[in-house]
Amino acid sequence: MDFPILTVLILLPAAAAVIVMLLPEERQELHLPVGVALSLAPVALGGLLFYQFERGTSEFQFVERASWIPQLGIGWILGVDGISVLLIVLTTILVPIALAASTSITDRSRLFIAMTLLLEAGLIGVFVALDLFLFFVFFEVILVPMAFIIGIWGSENRVYAAVKFFIYTASGSALMLAGIIALAFIHRSQFGVLSFAYSDMLALDLSLTTQRWLFGAFALAFAIKVPIFPLHTWLPDAHVQAPTAGSVLLAGVLLKMGTYGFLRFNLPLFSQATVDFVPVMAVLAVVGIIYGAAVAIVQHDLKRLVAYSSVSHLGFIVLGIFALTEQGLQGGVVQMVNHGLTTGALFLLVGMLYDRRHTKEISEFGGLANTMPIFAGVFLFMAFASIGLPGLNGFVGEFLILIGSYSTLPVYAILAASGVILAAIYLLWAYERVFTGPVTKDENRAVRDLGAREIAILAPLVALIILLGVYPKIALDVIEPSTQAVLDRVEATSDFEVPAVGRVAELARSGE
Amino acid sequence: MTDYLWLIIVLPLAGAVLNHFVGRRIGEPRSGWLAVVGVGSAFVYGAVAAVPFFRGGDVAEEAVTSVHLFDWIPGIGATAELLWDPLAATMVMVVTGVGTLIHIYAIGYMHGDERFSRFFTYLNFFAASMLILVLADNFAVLFVGWELVGLSSYLLISFWFSRPSAAAAGKKAFIVNRIGDFGFMVALMIIFVSFGTLSYGPILENPGDVIGVGTATAIGLLLLVGAVGKSAQIPLYIWLPDAMEGPTPVSALIHAATMVTAGVYIVARTASIFELSTVAGGAVATVGALTALLAATIAIAQRDIKRVLAYSTISQLGYMFMAVGVGGYVAGVFHLVTHAVFKALLFLGAGAVIHGMGDEQDMMKMGGLRKKMPLTWITMGIATLSIAGIPPLAGFWSKDEILAVLFERGGYFTVLWAVGLLTALLTAFYMGRQYFLVFEGKARWDEGVEPHESPRVMTNPLVVLAALTVLVGLINTPFRLSFENFLEPAFEAVNIAQGPESAGSITLLAVVSVLAGVAGLVMAYLLYGRADETTRQRMLGLVRRPMFVWENAYWVDRVYGRLVVAPGKRIAVWMAEFVDQVVIDGLVNGVGGTVRRIGGWVRPLQTGFVRSYGVLLAGGAVALVAWIMSRGL
Repeated sequence: MDFPILTVLILLPAAAAVIVMLLPEERQELHLPVGVALSLAPVALGGLLFYQFERGTSEFQFVERASWIPQLGIGWILGVDGISVLLIVLTTILVPIALAASTSITDRSRLFIAMTLLLEAGLIGVFVALDLFLFFVFFEVILVPMAFIIGIWGSENRVYAAVKFFIYTASGSALMLAGIIALAFIHRSQFGVLSFAYSDMLALDLSLTTQRWLFGAFALAFAIKVPIFPLHTWLPDAHVQAPTAGSVLLAGVLLKMGTYGFLRFNLPLFSQATVDFVPVMAVLAVVGIIYGAAVAIVQHDLKRLVAYSSVSHLGFIVLGIFALTEQGLQGGVVQMVNHGLTTGALFLLVGMLYDRRHTKEISEFGGLANTMPIFAGVFLFMAFASIGLPGLNGFVGEFLILIGSYSTLPVYAILAASGVILAAIYLLWAYERVFTGPVTKDENRAVRDLGAREIAILAPLVALIILLGVYPKIALDVIEPSTQAVLDRVEATSDFEVPAVGRVAELARSGE
Repeated sequence: MTDYLWLIIVLPLAGAVLNHFVGRRIGEPRSGWLAVVGVGSAFVYGAVAAVPFFRGGDVAEEAVTSVHLFDWIPGIGATAELLWDPLAATMVMVVTGVGTLIHIYAIGYMHGDERFSRFFTYLNFFAASMLILVLADNFAVLFVGWELVGLSSYLLISFWFSRPSAAAAGKKAFIVNRIGDFGFMVALMIIFVSFGTLSYGPILENPGDVIGVGTATAIGLLLLVGAVGKSAQIPLYIWLPDAMEGPTPVSALIHAATMVTAGVYIVARTASIFELSTVAGGAVATVGALTALLAATIAIAQRDIKRVLAYSTISQLGYMFMAVGVGGYVAGVFHLVTHAVFKALLFLGAGAVIHGMGDEQDMMKMGGLRKKMPLTWITMGIATLSIAGIPPLAGFWSKDEILAVLFERGGYFTVLWAVGLLTALLTAFYMGRQYFLVFEGKARWDEGVEPHESPRVMTNPLVVLAALTVLVGLINTPFRLSFENFLEPAFEAVNIAQGPESAGSITLLAVVSVLAGVAGLVMAYLLYGRADETTRQRMLGLVRRPMFVWENAYWVDRVYGRLVVAPGKRIAVWMAEFVDQVVIDGLVNGVGGTVRRIGGWVRPLQTGFVRSYGVLLAGGAVALVAWIMSRGL
């Protein structure tokens, strides 16, 4: 048997968590360096995965199959395609960065590092699981370390935020579990045995009513996770209370479990229902884009501002997915990665600022570009990446999504495009208030600029943001076959037809 | 030559990157000269590569090339590809030529600035961005340049970011431009969905085969939305006067000579689409005419030497819009070139004045500077005559050609011609006013101000630009249409609107437009040159009301503030504080509370949320499974 790279990818961070817990409690200076070093192993493995991943096919790769609870048809089935492989790479990259940025956590640091590594294991599990029950297990498992990270190492209101996060997202997935079980039973009624395997689910013949109910059950879980308006209010609370590492992974990866879920399950399994629900999803996506951005403009807390900007950006991703076009889906996936890098970086920066000044209130700052020019430069860079400046990563996804959704949802696409104006407003206004003008408060005079460790943390993100902005093919080539397969599946199993772009051109040509 | 066309972009980009990392170390003025080399070498490359276009005929036609670099975003036909044709070559030479002179000038102007090398990093970065814009052979690449010049503009306007007004001006410029970008992006969506690509070639060659009048009109109008943002036309011009917060070389390069002409360029570039729609073209021309007149009136009443030039730029861009809107692409691009030269000169001259006056920008505190700054005086004087439309200076030829084209189109466009003529008169007047207030009359300097001429590194560029102001108009005169022939290969797909053919009409129109210019200058002389203070005050008293309106720029900024910004912010606050926190989150917490109370009945589990989770999970699962079972699945 081949090297079970995916299983190892899940077990590696979990093992690292155990190793960290075995470190002596009192040798605190060791905890973080060891944690970061250990978390680099998954980066290497993720890189290998990405390198060996075969381009040009939509088949699942590195597939592993083992039985787990055969009586119930539950298997340890893992595999990756072009959609999940990038999210895995993203996860492995963000974890060491998030850990390295956590020097301010001194209380129970072993536990913190272990929780973060467990979270990583769970996240990778979510993206590689090809058995619905297994998927659900991972989907729920990550709640525990995340809730602890928020609840133990968060700010003043951490318990409220942790409980809210846990209950809110868990209650969403309760219905999904019911849906998953229902699918297994439907499999039994159609094929005689219980099965939770993703490939088996694709073979099911679901009536439209069933599809709609199941779509709803899955969609609720994913919509909360994304979060889609109006299910988003747990997010700003969680972000504001979470420690930096928590926020980075929350925004960077956790939210993508929702959009990934839509792509992996709702579209292929309940395609007709997907098509029927497009208007609903499009409305919510566009409302989220504009609403999230508008609310972000007037936030007083820098972290809340970034949190609401996530609501807006994730709205773009949802729009792209439900546009059901080649460009929209590609844009949606690439934007999941982009948002992870950019927003992750913004949360890192806010965290670094918090480490220095112990506040995130915008009004507490002013003129920081005078005292910390490098920090200001990096912040501005990230702000423009988030605004969607061409040449940086965000533009690629956003533009694919806008163009992709224009061909099926023109009005929504145009409304969504107005989000580009709002993004510039909330980020540049925030930048103006925090960084420009004279230094007005004495506390801001003595803040030190970025140190070598912090620059080392941010540098890979800057590099990736430029790389994906200038040469996005590196990601798009991987994504394209898989999103195309999703789209083909939707077309084949519903009455939907992807409109041909440039059809006017074709018609004109054939008419002559 | 065209194999390495990308060098034109990469040379200044490399300058920016080098300066970013070593600029501080090599220090002043070396980092400035490094930047000069960056943009200057691009000019040399561009000029050499343009040689075949000067030879005309088949050689020129064959020299038009598209260079494919790499696939960027294949899904939307976004390919990194560059186009080398006479229009691109013209823009490249303007950007790098005028750009080089301004870079040199800035070495003197920015002398002593703490962030000297950073300034040149940005300036080189701007040049590279602008070159991406003009060399693009693909709408997506165009948009890259379009946005990157916006970024450079933002960075350079707020270069002195410790000044709150500078920071606010930069932000305002970017955000207002983003409103335009919104239109631009929608235009690109329609273009892609209609054509299935974003490459210029298949789109612009014969768009009429693919799209109808309706789509062409939509694309044209949306591109216009983008253009009015970038080129500071009604209703989005409000960012440009504020942009004067940036260092003066920035105003000259970005906010007069190059970036702001991008809107004109894009209309000229997409001429074949605008040709399909009279509505879109007419809208461009109308916006241009209205802006030209409106900005000229405001310019009359400004006291700040740079604000006069800012409104003047808005007004002159309006001329270019009029030209390209009616299909006078050569006339529009011609004016773009001449304006780049003489307006850059005016700004740099104004910078020299500000510099020599110890950062004074109020013209009421100047006067009598001709003796103190002879070179600045002569060169700015030439530029003033040029923009006033006095032959044989550059501004005369290009402005005259625009008016002639408008007149020849007739009908509705005769009205625009009249507006253009009136604007010509106003232009001569406000420029004359500026000239007399700054250089003639008695000194009104504040105490302690000791005006002095600028160093050679600043005055030499002025002299070169002045020479160009005299000469550059000669590239396209009714006697010799060299520029029109030069541009020909770029506009093969369209009909270029022309002025009248008969020598009589040409002469008559020229005489009328020169008269308008002379009249404006004479009025300025009478009011600001000859009249003594009491007479002037009495005469100005007669036009007090309009002057008050113009001085306050029709209060447009305040109107926007009241009608757009303030209500927008109120809505956002209402959404954030009421909708989000009270309604949505209130509902969530209400539901959560209820669930927790129900959870309270289920005793065995200890922690609150695990219990609630259990209830939800079990309840949900039971409900759904029961439902599915009941349907006999």
